Amino acid sequence: MRRAGVHAVLIAYSLLAVAPILLVVMNSFKARNAIFGSPLALPGPDSFSLIGYSKVFRSAHVFTWFANSLIVTLGAMVLTLLFGAMAAWALTEYRLRWTHALALYLSIGIMVPIRLGSIAILTMMRAAGLNDTLTALILVYIAQGLPMAIFILSEFIQQIPQDLRDAARCDGVPEIRIFFEVVAPLLRPALATVAVFTIVPIWNDLWFPLILTSSESTHTITLGVQQFLGQYITDWNSVLAALSMAILPVVAIYVIFSRQLISGLTAGAVK
Amino acid sequence: MPEPSAAPAMPRARLAGLMLFFLGPAVLIYSALAIYPLIATMGLSTYRVTPTGEPYFVGLANFVTLLTDAVWSKPFWNACWNNLKFFAVHMLVQNPVGIALAGLLSLPNLTGRSVYRTLIFLPTMLSVVIIGFAWNLILSPLWGVAEGALKTVGLGSLFAPWLGLPSTALITLALISVWQFVGIPMMLIYAALLNIPDDLVDAARVDGLSALRIFLHIKLPLVAPTIGLVSILTFVGNFNAFDLIYSVKGALAGPNFASDILGTFFYRAYFGNQLQIGDPNMGAAIATVMFFIILAGVCVYLFAIQRRMTRYAF
Repeated sequence: MRRAGVHAVLIAYSLLAVAPILLVVMNSFKARNAIFGSPLALPGPDSFSLIGYSKVFRSAHVFTWFANSLIVTLGAMVLTLLFGAMAAWALTEYRLRWTHALALYLSIGIMVPIRLGSIAILTMMRAAGLNDTLTALILVYIAQGLPMAIFILSEFIQQIPQDLRDAARCDGVPEIRIFFEVVAPLLRPALATVAVFTIVPIWNDLWFPLILTSSESTHTITLGVQQFLGQYITDWNSVLAALSMAILPVVAIYVIFSRQLISGLTAGAVK
Repeated sequence: MPEPSAAPAMPRARLAGLMLFFLGPAVLIYSALAIYPLIATMGLSTYRVTPTGEPYFVGLANFVTLLTDAVWSKPFWNACWNNLKFFAVHMLVQNPVGIALAGLLSLPNLTGRSVYRTLIFLPTMLSVVIIGFAWNLILSPLWGVAEGALKTVGLGSLFAPWLGLPSTALITLALISVWQFVGIPMMLIYAALLNIPDDLVDAARVDGLSALRIFLHIKLPLVAPTIGLVSILTFVGNFNAFDLIYSVKGALAGPNFASDILGTFFYRAYFGNQLQIGDPNMGAAIATVMFFIILAGVCVYLFAIQRRMTRYAF
């Protein structure tokens, strides 16, 4: 009896979480009059239509935006993981008098959002000729992701048994190879956690693409869809189709990787 | 903290070279694009430009303008107040709902646990822009989905174009944000609840405490540090929010600035809009104020909240 109550609450909340998303995706496959006439009905043989999608593909640079988002997200992720792991290793392994202070300095960015420096970032990017390039976005996102990456990876590196490194050192393996060949492979689970923390905010970010990119060819999918929606707000077929195209890939990836993702999130939280 | 592992014995020059190799890229990018811009923005807030474009130092005059000149101070206090309300809705709705969901999910032998977790966390993964637009459509009187849903439960008369009314726009936006991000407190608190040792709970159960009282009196105090962490994350996120309001209501944060928060106010000040031309120096002044608000929140958390809570040694 008690259990039934618990399930009822959880099912109700799950529905509340998923229904709005489902509603948008469902209606994106319907003709205009069916969207308004029966919004809660599934698309049937007489209401099914892909007109919204064909309009979006014709009038928007969807593939360019997707490619840009992929380049920016993956580029920033790989470099954040690489530079973050290298820094975390040096900070935990070679403790000198100033490494503690440096670790504190690097952790400021965990709490203070880098967005607040946007005006100076934009000025610098213009001066460097990087304005309106994907490189600018990648660099900013690396700076944004590094503090958290270094923090999580340092905690993890401390747990790697000392014997492993010492054994390698006795064999005369150079320090740089110890990191890349002995330590880095052991970091894989932690790197997966950090990857999640890095990818999601970058893919979804509106702010930096909005201020750093101005031409349509450098828009990311989030900014592109946002601008498209603003222009076509009265064309419901196109709006619903554009929303669904932004939703579906993320949902697909999320469903495939949700187990790793959630265990990464909860493991990161306990630290 | 474990005893620091002694730096391996090697010549100083080689150690310096290694440090440079491992730390160089991270420190360089972080300093150039995270720390320097923050300092440069603060610097910029102490300057103004002449009509010919020559910058000159004015000290704190921009801040005096922001706080006293009605053209700036009225929207500034409006944005601050709205931001505070935005944060209050998150604290009063998002965190209690997150705690309740985490409590239910952590019940022993719950079937379908991972399905619930996955579904409830799903909106958190999506872009704020997408969520904002989706809700904009759902709440639109044009489409009538929300109205129809209320009618089926007999509450049709309650419906109003909430996003369009000055009295409800901000609260509605805050609730949309709560709906999207409730997954984060839920997950963090759920993880903390799972880490409570069984023997503590067993002892209480042997003493005959009900499940609800065990949760309220034993488990909740033990996860208080996580609730503190969630609160500060919410604070920083809220006082730096922008994307949702901008997507749903545009840079003017309508109707009549009813949903204007510091993020949108900052954006308008810097980039300009239909009503005024952009002013980088005033923009920098607003960003600096936002920085100090966030810093104050973080300090309260670090010194007042976190210190008082002794973390249970798991």
